[in-house]
Amino acid sequence: MITLADQLLVLVLLINFISLGTGRLIFAIRAVAVQGVILGILPGMIHSFSWHLVGITVVIIIVKGFIIPRLLGRAVHSAEIKREVEPFLGYVPTLLLGAIFTAFSFGFSGSLPMLPEHQNYMFVPASIATLMTGFLVLTTRRKAISQVIGYLILENGIFIFGLLLAGAMPVMVEAGALLDLLVGTFVMGIVMNQINREFSSLDTSLLTSLKEE
Amino acid sequence: MFAVLILIPLIGAAATWLIPSEGLRPKILALFSSFHLAVTIRMLLVTPPESAGRWFHFDALGKIVLLSTSVLFLACAVYSIGYFYYRQERSNRLLCMWLLVCLSAASLVTITHHLGLMWVALETTTICMAPLIYFNRNARSIEATWKYLLICSVGVALALIGLYFLAYATIVAKVEPTLLLDDLITGAGKLSSGWVHGAFVFLLVGFGTKMGLAPLHTWKPDAYGEAPGLVGALLSGGLVNLAFLALLRVYQLCVATREIAFFQDALVVMGLISMVVAAVFMARQADFKRMLAYSSVEHVGIMAVALGLGGKAVFGALFHILANGLTKGVLFLSSGNIHRSYNSKSTEQVRGALRRLPWSGGLFLAGFIAITGSPPFAPFISEFTIISTAFIQGRMLVGAIFLTSLAIIFIGMAMTVLPMVMGEVPAESESTSYRDSIGTVGPPLVLLLLVLVLGVWIPEPLLGLLRDGAQLLEVKP
Repeated sequence: MITLADQLLVLVLLINFISLGTGRLIFAIRAVAVQGVILGILPGMIHSFSWHLVGITVVIIIVKGFIIPRLLGRAVHSAEIKREVEPFLGYVPTLLLGAIFTAFSFGFSGSLPMLPEHQNYMFVPASIATLMTGFLVLTTRRKAISQVIGYLILENGIFIFGLLLAGAMPVMVEAGALLDLLVGTFVMGIVMNQINREFSSLDTSLLTSLKEE
Repeated sequence: MFAVLILIPLIGAAATWLIPSEGLRPKILALFSSFHLAVTIRMLLVTPPESAGRWFHFDALGKIVLLSTSVLFLACAVYSIGYFYYRQERSNRLLCMWLLVCLSAASLVTITHHLGLMWVALETTTICMAPLIYFNRNARSIEATWKYLLICSVGVALALIGLYFLAYATIVAKVEPTLLLDDLITGAGKLSSGWVHGAFVFLLVGFGTKMGLAPLHTWKPDAYGEAPGLVGALLSGGLVNLAFLALLRVYQLCVATREIAFFQDALVVMGLISMVVAAVFMARQADFKRMLAYSSVEHVGIMAVALGLGGKAVFGALFHILANGLTKGVLFLSSGNIHRSYNSKSTEQVRGALRRLPWSGGLFLAGFIAITGSPPFAPFISEFTIISTAFIQGRMLVGAIFLTSLAIIFIGMAMTVLPMVMGEVPAESESTSYRDSIGTVGPPLVLLLLVLVLGVWIPEPLLGLLRDGAQLLEVKP
């Protein structure tokens, strides 16, 4: 199972690069949905069977794989935009930065003390690389939807790390964290709608009336 | 008792959601806030025992923050009755409901010792506030809401990975995996230092963002500037303290794991940067609500520096939770009145507030004098304690930057506030229906009196509470 889990994590890393390299919003949303489904499968790879586990898997796949992508897809549809135009930083430079961050996270996590049974997994580097990718998308893109996608990728990175902690986090807290994420994204979706209505665009670079002179 | 504290605001939230009458809703809000304060006081008098599983533990730090939050919230709730009389063009249903949900989550932050649960509650308060900042439903407020939501959500998410690092440190150390504060403190000696170090960095950045420490403060002027006055009061006097409480928990852990020197240095540096940033942007600020936001950046900076200095300054930091929270209430509520009366928050148009609104103008002026640390108000005591600690410890540079920033901020704020309240009302000034009344002036007046009383006399039980709190944060050699 270890190798399968690691292969899934490689897929997660690939999706990071896809979302960094694409300007097509629907494509990026689908990529993140796939990432969410993979995250739903991962707990089953490393923990033994329990109903609690099944519950988590189902909830995560539904929330990250379907509900949130649908919410974002609807926002894209109603705003009638297809592409991210002119990101603050071009696609090639962000891809390069993404590669550097990924390499860095492998180096960084090598220096941290790990449990022997986690030694061979890629969880920690994959988690940190995904976190940084999310941050990169969040800071370099102009459209509100891209920024939410970045936030989702960032949360996915945190989630990957959380997989190592089975037991330390009680179910209630785990559920609470997931619920907060869902509600947060939901509220962002609503706010996005309002931005669209107010400015007839989802371009956050139009949000410049509040500035220091 | 713990369940009652959490449930009362939630029941109130359900009630405000169901009630169709716009006039009745703020009264329900005030009613449930007074219940909440009553329960809080009862819990302060008779500390409830630690809950089973030790998830809930009401210690001195939680008590101080809950007390200041509950008092400020009640003042804002009572104020809302008068305020919504002038804002009948908009439904207040969402605002009343989310305020009460936020109060419930805020109470949860103060009573829990489970760091994971604390995180969930803190994130809930962040989300609850988003619809409130968007109360005015215009282009400017949507921009502020978007920045607030995105930056704070990312910040709190980073704090979550810090907590995960901490939990993993316990797993690596082969102690019972846990996020219970007391267990972490007991087993602190065994935790692997690499993970703990990483955890503290993420937690500082995460909670620092939520608190608005520079350079993570960029959402603050926008959110405070565009939110209604009473929401601004709760953001700068309530939510800020909750994030500070989270930092205090991290601080407790740092003391136990002996990583404290690094954490203290980081706090001092971030605190001083906040004060300098506030000093730079405070001068010539054309919008008086944004000026108050920079004042908030300044004061979280003061609290961070105090925590970083340690020793006696920690007492000052804890007292500043109360002093800053209540004074911010005075300033934001009275500035809300001035905003209503002039229908503008530009300092170009708002002149002669003392003539037009003797009460609100006077309160704003008194609040300015209090917040800049002039005696005999409460912030003077905390700031004086902190500065004297800096010099007693021989940290001249810290003390000098601290004092210089305070002086520049005083001048900068005076240059904005004095022309606002003094002088003549401009002839072309728009006339509005707003008049000072007991409903909109009473709550900030009571808060100001509290700030004044705390400045000259700290009651014995409160003093004991502050000492107990400072003891929890003591760095043992």
